[in-house]
Amino acid sequence: MIGQAALSASPVRVRAGEVPSFEGGKGGRRLASVRLRAEIAFARAAGRLSRLAGRGGGTTIPGKILATVDPAGLGKLARRLPLGSAIVSATNGKTTTAAMVAEIVGDRVELAHNRAGANLVSGVASALLAADGADLGLFEVDEGAFPDVAGRVRPQAVCLGNLFRDQLDRYGELEHIAERWRGAVADLDPAAWTVVNADDPLLADIARGRAEAVRFGIDDPSVARERLPHAADSKYCRTCGAPYDYAAAYVGHLGDYRCPHSHEVRGGLDVAAKSIELTGLQGSSFDLVTPEGTRRISLSLPGLYNVYNALAAASLSLVLGAGLDDIEAGLGRFRAAFGRFERITAGDRSLLLLLVKNPAGANEVVRTLVDAGAPARLLIALNDEIADGRDVSWIWDVDFEPLIEALQELVVSGARAEELALRFKYGGLDPAKIALVPDLGAALEYGVETTPAGGELVVLPTYTAMLALRHIASEQGLVRPYWEEAVG
Amino acid sequence: MKLVVGHLYPEYLNIYADRGNIAVLERRTAWRGIELDYRTIGLRDTVRPAEHDLYYVGGGQDREQALVAPDLAAKGPALIEAVEAGAAFLAVCGGYQLLGNFYRDRSGAELPGIGLLPQHTVAGERRMIGDVLLECELEPGDARTLAGFENHAGRTYLDEGAEPLGRVVSGFGNNGQDGFEGCRVAGAVGTYLHGPLLPRNPWLADWLIARALSRRLGETVALEPLTDDLEASAHAVSSERARRRGGRF
Repeated sequence: MIGQAALSASPVRVRAGEVPSFEGGKGGRRLASVRLRAEIAFARAAGRLSRLAGRGGGTTIPGKILATVDPAGLGKLARRLPLGSAIVSATNGKTTTAAMVAEIVGDRVELAHNRAGANLVSGVASALLAADGADLGLFEVDEGAFPDVAGRVRPQAVCLGNLFRDQLDRYGELEHIAERWRGAVADLDPAAWTVVNADDPLLADIARGRAEAVRFGIDDPSVARERLPHAADSKYCRTCGAPYDYAAAYVGHLGDYRCPHSHEVRGGLDVAAKSIELTGLQGSSFDLVTPEGTRRISLSLPGLYNVYNALAAASLSLVLGAGLDDIEAGLGRFRAAFGRFERITAGDRSLLLLLVKNPAGANEVVRTLVDAGAPARLLIALNDEIADGRDVSWIWDVDFEPLIEALQELVVSGARAEELALRFKYGGLDPAKIALVPDLGAALEYGVETTPAGGELVVLPTYTAMLALRHIASEQGLVRPYWEEAVG
Repeated sequence: MKLVVGHLYPEYLNIYADRGNIAVLERRTAWRGIELDYRTIGLRDTVRPAEHDLYYVGGGQDREQALVAPDLAAKGPALIEAVEAGAAFLAVCGGYQLLGNFYRDRSGAELPGIGLLPQHTVAGERRMIGDVLLECELEPGDARTLAGFENHAGRTYLDEGAEPLGRVVSGFGNNGQDGFEGCRVAGAVGTYLHGPLLPRNPWLADWLIARALSRRLGETVALEPLTDDLEASAHAVSSERARRRGGRF
């Protein structure tokens, strides 16, 4: 056993007042103080109002009000969870990883989970407010907010997936985030579990010295890349500055690395994926090798990046006390978090939404599309709101080039559609093949209309463009709004 | 016709999509039938001033910049000689800082620069982040605008009488105070603007290419115009962003 069994072995709902705590003792649920209860009611009402007012899902407003009324409220609410909390953070895959964990453990315990992706302090507080009677907190947390949220929530386990360059205008440089993470991890409860992607040298370094750590990674050179992508980060030894030698590079700078002077090596893994089979857009399967045994896992999500997400989810679930049966079944059942790999039927055609938000993630989306047979038509939507990153220069660090040869038409859309047009023009795509349609609704309509009957239009939106496109699709009755999806 | 481009430290200094600037130089020469010979210049490589017509250096994270700074110091005299002999040079962000006289960090310690551009940089507390719009006049009577994005903590100050790249219309610029952005000496230009800079400001790409060709051929060269509709649209949107939400203290 690498984890303490916090979840009961049989699917019995944990009863208030009789719950096993993470420390293995018995902890009763504390009654909310009168003041806190009043604040909760007030803040919840605001969430309903926000939905009624049509301003989105009300997924952060209750939490913002709580933070205003009672800045210590988040910590108080978190301490009421009998099984404590687990936090998932990463540049890429945190929403998917947390949703996978929810699928694995959700039958056995009631979760407070910010599954709609509101992942700042306010979103975590809102999830806690909305989940009265929850046993376990499961929070995906923005990488910039991780130190703050971890300090307030005092999690029993953290799962750190990866750090890639992302939104430099908002987060600053990678090293700066890493330093803040290092401090946050050092401040965790000594008994808290640190689940870490050992294939990321920066994270392996952060987790070094933690007593309770699980190191996961990929061990299958047959799926390695020939070389590091253009925008690879963290590729120099943190001790001596020499470029790492890679026995295998899997996603971005993640891989089986070794400093040529042996200062830092990837080393052994506690949880590993082996014998990986990638089957285009259909999904993948792999051997999940753990100290408790090996299982063949089937995922309906494509791409090696989702194998990493599954490894992270399996490792975190293990320390939360889940068994391999639950992990195998939960991952097998799992369907993508909204917008991440979502098929939407539009009459006799369909849309395939794949969120893109930074070079490392977009590179994997491109690689997955190309492996499945590069599409002839593509819609890409680039916005520049705060949630997308106001600096759009990242699109030049994405290796879009493998898509260009097969492209017959590229529809570019969003507030910065022209920048995308230039990215592809200077990448070598004939400008005559570029349709510039900045308005998202018009672009979606044009893209669907020009897709052959029975065909599929691949759509790569940035975060706010994805929300806007789903909103347009929901107004047309094609999908449910994301906050319904999140609770449904 | 052939141009030789030397890209300094592409493995280390590439954080703000610098390859977009290189792609623009490559395409805009190719579309005009000019061969572009792209060469990288790495750590411990020797710069021979006669070799390259155009140099490029981008930005990096602090760690990467610290890794290349001592090496760049050794290359400094050759790079200055090359610019004096007519080579064009574009330096962005961290690369721009490294070409100045010195960089003073928060502890007060000074790291020497190579002194190619008459400016120095002092580390600041608050980062200057946002869209930027500049007015430039690199050739007398030829007023232009540059639209980009800046993200820097260093405050750069020009020496007395030094020529900026442009005047800030919106955004912070070199230091958020004096209204200047960038620095220019002959065919060498340093700037904080990334985004990348050249795709939506193709006139600057053409200015650099023309300077480099003039060096190669020993005579002034006029480039044939290209269709720049998409570039102009992107420039307009980026300029609007800067006017609406460019940074200020």
